[in-house]
Amino acid sequence: MNKRQFLKGMILFIPAGQLLETLARQAEAAGPGKPKPAKPDAEPDMGLGDYQPADHWYGMGIEIDKCIGCNRCAEACKAENDVPQEPFFFRTWVERYRVMHDGEARVECISVNPQQRGELQEDRDVLRTFFVPKLCNQCAHPPCVQVCPVGATFSTRDGVVLIDKDRCIGCRYCIQACPYGARYFDHRTSTADKCTFCYHRITRGLLPACVEVCPTQARIFGDLRSKASRLVRFQRMNKIGVLKPALNTEPKVYYAQLDGEVR
Amino acid sequence: MKFPEQVRRLAAVTAVVLAAVLVVRFVVIPASYFSTKLHRANAVKREVARPVSFAGVLACRECHEEQFDAKSHGYHKNVACETCHGPSAKHADDPMTVKPYAPRDRKFCPVCHAYDAARPTGFPQINPTAHNPLKPCITCHNPHDPVPPEVPHECSACHAQIARTKALSSHALLECTTCHTASEQHKVAPRSALPTKPQTREFCGQCHASGAANPDAPKVDLAAHGGAYLCWQCHYPHQPEGME
Ligand code: HEC
Ligand code: HEC
Ligand code: HEC
Ligand code: HEC
Ligand code: HEC
Ligand code: HEC
Ligand code: HEC
Ligand code: HEC
Repeated sequence: MNKRQFLKGMILFIPAGQLLETLARQAEAAGPGKPKPAKPDAEPDMGLGDYQPADHWYGMGIEIDKCIGCNRCAEACKAENDVPQEPFFFRTWVERYRVMHDGEARVECISVNPQQRGELQEDRDVLRTFFVPKLCNQCAHPPCVQVCPVGATFSTRDGVVLIDKDRCIGCRYCIQACPYGARYFDHRTSTADKCTFCYHRITRGLLPACVEVCPTQARIFGDLRSKASRLVRFQRMNKIGVLKPALNTEPKVYYAQLDGEVR
Repeated sequence: MKFPEQVRRLAAVTAVVLAAVLVVRFVVIPASYFSTKLHRANAVKREVARPVSFAGVLACRECHEEQFDAKSHGYHKNVACETCHGPSAKHADDPMTVKPYAPRDRKFCPVCHAYDAARPTGFPQINPTAHNPLKPCITCHNPHDPVPPEVPHECSACHAQIARTKALSSHALLECTTCHTASEQHKVAPRSALPTKPQTREFCGQCHASGAANPDAPKVDLAAHGGAYLCWQCHYPHQPEGME
């Protein structure tokens, strides 16, 4: 056999071998007594029990006038979701806005140093001041999902953006792409991380941890598919704004009494 | 137009390779290999299986009916148990071995109640350094039903400043009439019937002498403390300062 014959043989051999193997597998699968392999378009088991993701479409309402800036939400979120304790790692956090007389808006994240709260003196230059809780907006058109090079982040059918930590390669594109700064890089796993609306809680019928502990009901969680959820009622009763509407991300975190200065 | 031989051969090889690639991609390799469904389903499965730390208000009810009922009609009705007691799902599963934390410290309540300009108007706020600064908040306010204690208002119409001062002091809960006997006449024509005022050290000693019955009042040695002076020559009775 010379080189030429060998190469010719190989060209035929490799596809032929694979073809045979596939045929053998199909014959085996079709054989009696064996379960058929799941069709690729059937829903694989997700450990959800009777819960049907397609029946829900989750969102959150935030009533800015009720937030007292107690930071319970940010702390509860860390406890529930094993977020690193150091400041600057948040799935949800609270910002203090101070709009000055000259129109300038000063923003500070009170979750970083909650001990400092309350020490602010009455400041004559401040025109108005208020708290704004923030978290992942669970966009219907999430830019983070679009940029992920490995498809590690995705939207579930109930409208929550999740991260597959096994697939994530830690390239941080999504962190850059998020217009709301809602993602952070978890150094322990070298993957991106973000709010999941406490997916493990809501699929069991519990409220997200931040909503559970909010003392003034400034946060309202609900299902937009349902005709009579608290969130739908909230949307009916309030003038609603979303953050950065011009980006067409279609956020599902809805703010009532949203000040024009809030970005 | 006629293609040169080399071009036709090249085209034929390209076509064969292309066909082979397409066959491999769409026939040989099963579709599930490209489907993201499986790995996403696994990601969802992992997410859903995560343990819950906050059990939710309703979980506490079955064992703590008393606190639940107290809270459900008070000012704290919207404050969840675990907002104050921290994540307690482990406790709800196994109450005898895992104890939740109870925030008895004075530092805790001001997290919500300290004055802050950014807080919404109307939310009850206090100045933690001036509001009864020596005692834990829970001595005067039941955390599960925090009605502000009933402070006597009967005399505040005319003695508003004294009443306001006293309301925030250690003597907040004492009636004016504990120390002053005022006739009805005083409220109508004040100067014609002035109330009494304490006259002796022993008067304050009713509560403050060592051995006196009142358990909440700090005790002093009446014979030695303050020498021969009257107590109110050093302590302002409507806002008595103690150790701090
Ligand atoms: C299965 C019954 C059960 C459930 C559910 C339960 N507890 Fe308890 N809890 C107990 C028992 C029993 C004790 C008393 C333990 C003792 O005194 O040794 C206790 C004690 C406590 C204490 C007092 C700790 C202290 O320092 O005095 C707190 C606070 C508390 N529970 C909060 C909660 C909260 C919040 C929840 C809801 C998440 C909850 N419990 C759910 C049974 C329960
Ligand atoms: C505003 C904060 C707050 C909230 C909300 C709250 N607690 Fe408490 N709880 C406390 C504090 C502070 C104590 C300590 C009281 C003491 O030592 O006198 C306490 C004590 C307790 C105790 C110990 C027994 C007692 O009464 O002293 C139990 C049990 C308890 N809480 C259960 C609950 C349950 C159940 C809920 C929800 C229905 C709840 N708590 C909500 C602050 C709170
Ligand atoms: C997580 C936030 C939070 C914490 C912590 C908290 N409270 Fe409250 N408190 C509230 C809310 C919300 C109200 C209801 C305000 C309203 O009705 O607008 C309230 C109301 C009150 C009131 C009634 C005020 C009035 O309107 O007259 C008192 C008194 C009070 N709390 C005392 C306490 C004490 C004492 C503690 C500590 C054991 C405490 N609170 C801890 C959120 C909190
Ligand atoms: C010595 C008893 C005492 C202690 C200790 C105490 N309070 Fe009060 N608190 C009162 C009284 C009395 C009032 C009602 C004052 C009034 O009506 O003017 C009150 C009122 C309040 C109010 C309602 C204020 C409003 O504007 O409606 C809040 C909130 C409050 N207290 C929180 C606290 C907190 C937080 C602590 C701990 C840092 C605390 N209290 C400690 C006696 C006390
Ligand atoms: C109608 C208004 C009014 C009411 C109500 C009122 N007072 Fe007076 N009180 C006065 C006036 C006026 C004086 C005299 C002040 C002065 O002479 O400088 C006074 C003086 C006093 C004095 C000082 C007496 C002295 O010898 O210096 C005391 C003590 C007193 N009141 C206690 C009370 C008490 C306790 C109550 C509630 C039971 C009360 N007052 C209700 C108006 C009132
Ligand atoms: C702990 C006992 C005590 C209580 C409670 C008390 N007082 Fe007095 N009060 C005194 C004493 C002692 C004096 C005398 C002070 C002096 O002579 O310097 C006094 C003096 C006064 C005076 C006249 C001197 C002054 O300070 O203006 C008035 C008015 C008065 N009290 C009103 C009130 C009112 C109103 C209340 C209720 C809100 C009240 N007191 C509660 C002990 C008390
Ligand atoms: C010469 C001024 C003076 C006189 C008079 C005086 N005290 Fe005091 N008292 C003080 C000082 C100073 C303190 C602070 C604590 C200390 O240094 O012992 C104090 C503290 C107290 C305390 C707080 C103790 C504690 O453990 O927190 C009480 C209660 C008290 N005095 C009651 C009285 C009574 C009742 C009288 C009248 C019999 C009286 N005082 C007379 C100066 C005086
Ligand atoms: C009816 C009982 C009673 C009488 C009478 C009384 N006190 Fe008190 N006093 C108390 C109580 C109770 C406290 C502690 C309250 C607390 O710590 O919240 C207290 C606290 C004090 C304190 C300590 C304050 C602190 O912050 O440590 C002083 C000082 C004091 N009283 C002085 C006096 C003087 C002076 C008189 C006489 C004019 C007097 N008391 C009369 C019940 C009384």
